[in-house]
Amino acid sequence: MATTEAEIPTTSLADLLQRVEALEAEQRRQIKKKNKLAIIAWGGSLDQIWPTTILATTAAASGMEASVFFTFWGLFAIVKPGVRITGENWMQKMMSVMNPGSAQKAKLSRYHFAGVGPAMFKKLADDHQVAKPEELISLANDLGVRLIPCQMTMDLLGLKREDLIDGLEEPIGAATAIAEMRDAAISLFI
Amino acid sequence: MDVITHTVDAKGQSCPGPLVALARALKDAQTGDLFELLATDPGSRSDVPSWADLSGNELLDAETLDDGSFRYVIRKVA
Repeated sequence: MATTEAEIPTTSLADLLQRVEALEAEQRRQIKKKNKLAIIAWGGSLDQIWPTTILATTAAASGMEASVFFTFWGLFAIVKPGVRITGENWMQKMMSVMNPGSAQKAKLSRYHFAGVGPAMFKKLADDHQVAKPEELISLANDLGVRLIPCQMTMDLLGLKREDLIDGLEEPIGAATAIAEMRDAAISLFI
Repeated sequence: MDVITHTVDAKGQSCPGPLVALARALKDAQTGDLFELLATDPGSRSDVPSWADLSGNELLDAETLDDGSFRYVIRKVA
């Protein structure tokens, strides 16, 4: 039986180098996830803003990076408590009347009962020593959670930087929000 | 030195109270320091080990005391 020797392909050094370079470029494009939680706080109701702030503070307390991007109804949760009517035109003003600002005034998405529901919830929270969303927001600030308002929704709803609570980062847009989520090991839309 | 030098009393507090209290106490401590966390939140039984896992700190002991409350011993690593 004749054995035929396999032909060894002759690969030039230049070709090899080219391949290595291509692999390195590919690796650079790969997304490296950070030990980070990124939340899009879209909902402004009490039963949304509460878990949002609990998760963000817990992540920060666990040594994770955490950021919360406030958009749409979520923005009303970070309006300063004293600020009542915001906006420049009747539509924006009406919106602010229908969505009283600050986490303290957040409504329940179910069983609101003209404010009785949230009052009951907060009574229960007091009894069980659960921190309220407004307390959790300031706690989040202390723990280094990055709180970021959405520029576009601020414009849409007529909310100005001075209408919002202190300790927020500069408003950002959707692309930056996506970038926040892209490198976060966990990203949530609440 | 295996002496507990910090006690965090989070009795009565609910999630995430005990963890936040613990994390805050840890911030100003030295690596290697031993902490004792006291809690009554039943959720802490799963949350404290998870927190240790997430944060990279070491949970040395977890026990239920006679009064039904919980005691955790943690070493600051991270």
